[in-house]
Amino acid sequence: MNRNKICVDHVTVRYKNGRNRAWPWSRKNGSNGAGKAHALDGASTAILQDITLDIDAGEFVCILGHSGCGKSTLLKVIAGFIKPDEGAVLIDGQKVNGPQNDHVFVFQEGALFPWLTIIENVDLALRSIGNASERREKAQYYLELVALEGAGGHYPHMLSGGMRQRAEIARALAAQPDILMMDEPFSGLDYLTRLHMREEMLNLHAMLPDTTILFVTHDIDESLQMSNRLVILSESPARIKCCRQIDVPHPRTAVCPTLSEMRTQIYHHLGVHSAL
Amino acid sequence: MLASFWQSFEQLPGLEQIGRAFWELASNGTLLRSTIASLFRVTVGFYLAALLAIPVGLALGRRPVVYHWVNPIIQFLRPISPLAWVPFAMLWFGIGEKSAIFIIFFASFFPILVPTVKAASGIHPMYFQVAANLQFGVWESLRLVILPATMPNILLALRVALGISWLVVVAAEMIAVKSGLGYLIIDARNALRMDYVVVAMVTIGIIGLLLDLAMTRLEHLESVRWKLEQK
Ligand SMILES: Nc1ncnc2c1ncn2[C@@H]1O[C@H](COP(=O)(O)OP(=O)(O)OP(=O)(O)O)[C@@H](O)[C@H]1O
Ligand SMILES: [Mg+2]
Repeated sequence: MNRNKICVDHVTVRYKNGRNRAWPWSRKNGSNGAGKAHALDGASTAILQDITLDIDAGEFVCILGHSGCGKSTLLKVIAGFIKPDEGAVLIDGQKVNGPQNDHVFVFQEGALFPWLTIIENVDLALRSIGNASERREKAQYYLELVALEGAGGHYPHMLSGGMRQRAEIARALAAQPDILMMDEPFSGLDYLTRLHMREEMLNLHAMLPDTTILFVTHDIDESLQMSNRLVILSESPARIKCCRQIDVPHPRTAVCPTLSEMRTQIYHHLGVHSAL
Repeated sequence: MLASFWQSFEQLPGLEQIGRAFWELASNGTLLRSTIASLFRVTVGFYLAALLAIPVGLALGRRPVVYHWVNPIIQFLRPISPLAWVPFAMLWFGIGEKSAIFIIFFASFFPILVPTVKAASGIHPMYFQVAANLQFGVWESLRLVILPATMPNILLALRVALGISWLVVVAAEMIAVKSGLGYLIIDARNALRMDYVVVAMVTIGIIGLLLDLAMTRLEHLESVRWKLEQK
């Protein structure tokens, strides 16, 4: 039951001047954006403040918050891309200290390798399989899962935004992750495509009930439709403002009274006082 | 002033004369021999430069600290015309092939190195996070991320560098060697054969054009097309 349980334990992340993975004098080259570099002068700004959060295996958790409040940072800490200044993340009792291939991250910006075809991109997650034809079959299987079976030979730039997002999700799924971290994966998509993608995410989660999904979004309806749990972050520094369990079974509709009341509350938490 | 300008036009050999000169140079093999000599130097110097500049550039691009210290040296050496190296080239290698190749090497090294460094340091860090997520080793990161991500810019740099090499080889041959198209021009001038000079110039132009066409073709390879299509 406690397999793949995520424990975010009193995590604090600061961006500050002195603390920098690259050397201070190399900063002006501005090339290495991977570290937690270039903060406001002198001051150390806390982005995440004492975040504590437990997530069970198979949960679908949506993380909500204002733009720039630290949602991506929180997700990257869990993914092992950013080392917390205080506290730790434990997954399955093990301290996270780097990225792992069973905790897969889907980027806000879209991170398919543009120089590889779609199927080659998916194939990267299957490198542990020695047998070439088996690999091909597996890759094709994951493309079918996101309804992209015809697009394997295309390069990412030949696809629409929604198809690219699905392809990236296919690559993430092909790694057979225990934890799937998605950072606003639908942000670049038009409204209708988002609605379709929500349905597909729900189908996927139904198919892979053991996979934990952490999903960052701005979209309150999106989170209400998909998640088992909502985590709302406050601003500068981000703390957990509130956590909501959503037990409404799928498929959920907009007219469900529980959901609409919850929506009003969430809007309120985010500082919106009148919304449709 | 105008008159002297007009006179200089008068001194241009006529088309018919040039045609005859072309035929002479082509039939006695001089033209082919000179062209091959020049192309050979350019090829060797250019390949040596590419073989060194690409790996060094990629390494420097991914090591900002090292680059920060090496960059002043690069920026100091870069503006020195490769032809300024001629005296040293001749001192070290004497008159001949090696000197010319050394100069070509210098001419194309920095135009390849600098864009390669820029391309390598400009790779979006997200791609390396994906690579870490997929547990790429060093070799896989190089083969699957760094090389393909920088390839479009490297090809562009190679194209520019090849053009520069071709410019410089003629100049180098006028000073440091006794063969090639540049030498043909100097030799013809000394013999006051302006028609030969024109034939050599036209040949240089045509070959430069062909080299550039060949490089442009490379830029349309499947593996680098993504860069053109982006944005
Ligand atoms: N490398 C960095 N150096 C300094 N500050 C940073 C760095 N990366 C992010 N920040 C700051 O951390 C804060 C949180 O950033 P983060 O990307 O986590 O926000 P977010 O909630 O994902 O926002 P969005 O919804 O717009 O994606 C921002 O205020 C940002 O300015
Ligand atoms: Mg974000």
